[in-house]
Amino acid sequence: MTGEPNQTRHGAILAAFSSARRGQLVRAALIFGLIGALPLVVTDAYLRNVMILTLMYAALSQCWNILGGYCGQISLGHALYFGIGAYATSVLFVNYGVIPWFGMVVGGLLSGALALLLGHLCFRLKGHYFAIATIVIAEIGLLLIHNWDFVGGALGIQWPIGKDSWWTLQFARDKLPYFYFALVFLIVIWLITFKIEDSSWGYWWRAVKDNPEAAESLGTAVFRSKMAAAGISAFFTAIGGGFYAAFVAYIDPESVMSFRFSLLFALPAVLGGIGTLWGATLGAALLIPLTEITRSYLGGSGSGLDLIIYGALIMLVSLMKPEGLLSLFQRKKGKPA
Amino acid sequence: MTTQALLQVLASGLLMGLVYALIAVGLSLIFGLMDVVNFAHGEFLMLAMYAAFGFVVATTLDPVIGIPVVVGVMFGVGTFVYAAIVRYAMRVKANVGMVQIFSTFGLAIFIQGAAQFFFTPDYRSIQASWLGGKTLDLGGVFLPWPQIFGGLVSIAAFGALYLLIARTDLGKALEATREDQGAVALVGIDKNRVFAIGWGLGAALVGLAGGVLAIFYYIHPQVGATFGGIAYVTVALGGFGSVFGALAAGVIVGLVEAISAMIFPPVLKHIGIYALYLGVLFFRPSGLFGKL
Repeated sequence: MTGEPNQTRHGAILAAFSSARRGQLVRAALIFGLIGALPLVVTDAYLRNVMILTLMYAALSQCWNILGGYCGQISLGHALYFGIGAYATSVLFVNYGVIPWFGMVVGGLLSGALALLLGHLCFRLKGHYFAIATIVIAEIGLLLIHNWDFVGGALGIQWPIGKDSWWTLQFARDKLPYFYFALVFLIVIWLITFKIEDSSWGYWWRAVKDNPEAAESLGTAVFRSKMAAAGISAFFTAIGGGFYAAFVAYIDPESVMSFRFSLLFALPAVLGGIGTLWGATLGAALLIPLTEITRSYLGGSGSGLDLIIYGALIMLVSLMKPEGLLSLFQRKKGKPA
Repeated sequence: MTTQALLQVLASGLLMGLVYALIAVGLSLIFGLMDVVNFAHGEFLMLAMYAAFGFVVATTLDPVIGIPVVVGVMFGVGTFVYAAIVRYAMRVKANVGMVQIFSTFGLAIFIQGAAQFFFTPDYRSIQASWLGGKTLDLGGVFLPWPQIFGGLVSIAAFGALYLLIARTDLGKALEATREDQGAVALVGIDKNRVFAIGWGLGAALVGLAGGVLAIFYYIHPQVGATFGGIAYVTVALGGFGSVFGALAAGVIVGLVEAISAMIFPPVLKHIGIYALYLGVLFFRPSGLFGKL
């Protein structure tokens, strides 16, 4: 071994690389630790509510990012998976008394399976065709749920009021546990993305995103990696839907499956930077408080002001900073994370 | 079900289908020209409908007279959107696919928000017009005049578009730019100007549809989302970029919608269209008349 300089150089690069990865982990631990300490400072119920939603959308946008950002398959129909998670969790809990933890996983598996099926159908489509197909498919899901009496039809499902407990994920008085659930959810997604970024799937995804035609010639491994991206993304989006249902304790078709959600999952990642570890979190930290504050202080979501802000932000960022706002912080190092 | 009732359903479906075709063709034209999907197409329609409404309120003239004005305004909107947004979206170096979708998508959200903000989410309609409330009796099949007018306008527009593309210099420039963006520069065609005109033309066509639709349909900030969705399905069905495909697919969509409204409860009337779309997606990803 000592006589092979190539081998040692290779080893040194690997060591440097893994130390960079370790650095990223340490930084992540610091950031998540700081976020976790926020409730010590912020005690206002309204602001805590905004923080819970911010963390939830950060996590959900990172789920979207796995398929849309890393793999380049822009979905505008993730509300479908979110809705399936919310409905599976609610129906199982309210009608059959099954705890939400289990319901979420059921919703996740259903969504994941559906994503694989739809992936089979849609992954032949390129770019805009794929985006349009996802919109239509989610719209079909919304229509069907609307007309399915077993899951409450247009009326929706009301969660019963019970004792606060981690078991049923019900916390009517103090919402702090939801904050930690959302934070752990975000950490889990972050770690999964971090792990995959460096795996062979990560390399395939970048290939698919940068040059779909060339990647296609590489054969079935690429197709399978795309399916994996769709499955993972859908599974965790549904987990988020189950969490949201437990958090708001009342769901109807529009309040968990409308197109608005598909948008809210895509936007943070697009604003912060698609295909990056922190883009979705940064985007959510900007977008969600902004939306909530506009809504509370500038006259409700009916005024359209929130849409004006979203629309202007997306246009400006995608035209002027297509790499996302995260790149503003990273220019000094000259290396995208 | 009597034959007459069936004929009634088919005739209404056909007329609505012609309007769908007119809504969709601008989207298809722009895509064919430069491979860009305008995700704000439905919002263009909504703007045109508000323009028609505003014209009637401001001048108290009949909405039919306002149609040329609406078409002119929308031509302006189309060229402006190209010059201010799309031109830059096409120059972006990073995340090209994302930018192409989200630049016009952001515009769609922006226009929707602005419409809600300035016009309120209320439903509006044009109360009185020459055509409103009158029907034509074709041997027991009753057709409302506004819809007949819409169908005729659509046929005339497709005829004019065919002549424009086949017979005029502008049509040749459009066709040439579509074939080879680089080579047209050698024969002195300014690609940017052709693209701007293409966007103007696409928006003018959807403006025409909006002017017609405003006579018999409610006007509200979400109206673009409803018809925009149908327009994407129509274009995907007919084949992106194909003008004839948009016409054929529009008619098919109108008929399928009318028939499924007969079979399913009203809320599910779009399920037939969506199912058709999925079927085509599965068997012919490039649409019925697309040449990908």
